[in-house]
Amino acid sequence: MLEIVNLHASVDGQSILKGINLRLGAGEVHAIMGPNGSGKSTLSNVIAGREDYEITEGDIRFNGESILELAPEERAHLGLFLSFQYPVEIPGVTVSNFIKTAINEIKKARGEEPMDASSMLKKMREKMDILEMDKGFLSRSLNEGFSGGEKKRNEIFQMAMLEPTLAILDETDSGLDIDALRIVANGVNALRSPKNTFMVITHYQRLLDYIVPDYVHVLFKGKIVKSGDKSLAHDLEERGYDWIKKEQE
Amino acid sequence: MRGKLCPVSEQDQILNEVTTSEYKYGFYTDVESDKVPPGLNEDVIRMISAKKNEPEWMTEWRLDAYKIWQGMIEPEWANVHYKKPDFQAISYYSAPKKKQINGLDEVDPELLKTFEKLGISLDEQKRLTGVAMDVVVDSVSVATTFKKTLAEKGIIFCSMSEAIQDHPELIKKYLGTVVPKTDNFYAALNSAVFTDGSFCYIPKGVRCPMELSTYFRINESGTGQFERTLVVADESSYVSYLEGCTAPQRDENQLHAAVVELVAMDDAEIKYSTVQNWFPGDAQGKGGVFNFVTKRGICEQRAKISWTQVETGSAVTWKYPSCILKGDYSIGEFYSVAVTNNYQQADTGTKMIHLGKNTKSTIVSKGISAGHSHNSYRGLVRMGPRAVNARNFSQCDSLLMGDRCGAHTFPYIEVKHPSARMEHEATTSKIGEDQIFYCQQRGLGMEAAIALIVNGYCKDVLNQLPMEFAVEAQKLLAISLEGSVG
Repeated sequence: MLEIVNLHASVDGQSILKGINLRLGAGEVHAIMGPNGSGKSTLSNVIAGREDYEITEGDIRFNGESILELAPEERAHLGLFLSFQYPVEIPGVTVSNFIKTAINEIKKARGEEPMDASSMLKKMREKMDILEMDKGFLSRSLNEGFSGGEKKRNEIFQMAMLEPTLAILDETDSGLDIDALRIVANGVNALRSPKNTFMVITHYQRLLDYIVPDYVHVLFKGKIVKSGDKSLAHDLEERGYDWIKKEQE
Repeated sequence: MRGKLCPVSEQDQILNEVTTSEYKYGFYTDVESDKVPPGLNEDVIRMISAKKNEPEWMTEWRLDAYKIWQGMIEPEWANVHYKKPDFQAISYYSAPKKKQINGLDEVDPELLKTFEKLGISLDEQKRLTGVAMDVVVDSVSVATTFKKTLAEKGIIFCSMSEAIQDHPELIKKYLGTVVPKTDNFYAALNSAVFTDGSFCYIPKGVRCPMELSTYFRINESGTGQFERTLVVADESSYVSYLEGCTAPQRDENQLHAAVVELVAMDDAEIKYSTVQNWFPGDAQGKGGVFNFVTKRGICEQRAKISWTQVETGSAVTWKYPSCILKGDYSIGEFYSVAVTNNYQQADTGTKMIHLGKNTKSTIVSKGISAGHSHNSYRGLVRMGPRAVNARNFSQCDSLLMGDRCGAHTFPYIEVKHPSARMEHEATTSKIGEDQIFYCQQRGLGMEAAIALIVNGYCKDVLNQLPMEFAVEAQKLLAISLEGSVG
């Protein structure tokens, strides 16, 4: 599904990712963990195609094809979704209008007919039930005045609506209380299928109690320094990141 | 029908109106010459008045305005810079005979591309570009139904030229009462030389059942260089009036100086919506229309006037739709979106003059600047000594795109009664790369992303427009800002 090969990326001439190799198969959940400043968010932004980063070496392949030359929206059209760590506010644009526009832009790019209003509404209701969201949410301005938890829930709601084949969750757990965490995790788990792949970026092991990963990777100073199964996450929880740092020095 | 042999049936009459270009502009063909030489003097004004077959009082009115104008100087206080027009180089009367164009393939392809984006039908494209066309049965029947419905309600809706002929008592009573000849340089000029415009009268207690739009007056769809509009809403009546057109309007006349007067009598309500899309000049700032407009309404007891404007065109805009809140409990509203791109300059806003008790006004202004443009909001809120409990809420937001444009706000506040309440909010923001990237990540291309963000920003104003107009205005905003980021 997603293959990252010897990926080097820098921003403003400063090297941040220094040779990342990862292979995410269909139906798998991979957790990327690591201390602050290790390059986790850079990795997610680079995969999504943010312009501020320069790819100096390596490749990113999605279903076997390199996506480095593709604009962010073209990557989205292929089925790539990023749940943002800090979702931005877009005043005056309602949640429902935003999602409707996104779904139909993607459909247009794929040469499909736009979704009719009643199917759209039905689907929105369905997904909102799973995420225990209030109906009034749809008519609010996108992320404007949302609490931290609401913003994250809104990201997962959009993911549920867009049904991506590859979803990257960038610190979706940060700022969530335990109830919100459970609800968001339920939303993610409802989407798990043999066809969908998840990359879950997190600082803490906590989220992984709810979204159980198949693999855990530790990102440190721009490199994957350790990979394992979910027990690795527990080790990190118990021992912190210091032993990793020491190992690297 | 004047100056023409009139076919018998109603159907034929409308066919004739639609296909006769001279009539289309409300001009008559009984005078040999259809253009006066450049320059302005009393003889020229007499000639204009004579060509339009106007009564003596109208000629005198024009001459009086001309004398006033001669004593005035062109205002320089606006935050716009342009080469002043040479008023002696302008021809003040030319019956605009349209060039015969035989097919859309003779029309500027850029213009056609824009039409397509706006979703304008082929027939409509032909009408707008002046392509000779067969009469479309649909639009004829719409026009017929329209006229019939209005007549049944006693509503008068006609060209200013017709109104001067057919309803002189109303014109004498109201013309120049809201915007006097002495008001300002351009209003005085307009009063002296206006060639046509629209007149609308809604009788007492009548609620106009449809949006009045010059669009429906097929025979008078052309807009003159000096347009004059007068809308009178008698007691307890209601009218919604649409001016302008989202389709780009190219015009060889560089100077446009229109005057619009609204009279809302006791308990009446006038909603006046404008979409202005005159040629803004090219990307280098060459050419483009100067749009110097005076728009003002007066509210009697409990009356309400609501101005909504979407301004995307013109090289230089100078425009302040205002309300005189004379009657107690009267309400004034101003909702504006002004977009400037490339080298456009706009100085626009409103004046809310609170005279009566318990008067209320709302101002929502959304400026969007892109390219090298300059966009200024200029607004006055005045609360007079009798304006007990007057209230105003103003919100002036500016959105910047890129780093070479400018946004300016000039709010003026004069309060002469201690019970008055004023609130003023202002924000300046930029379309963030974060916002654009967020939209792109969800599958929106750059231009779709900007359109979505800008429309969200303007929502409070667009919501005030009649539904269909709002949809077109949204598309227009997107088109006006194309290529402004990235």
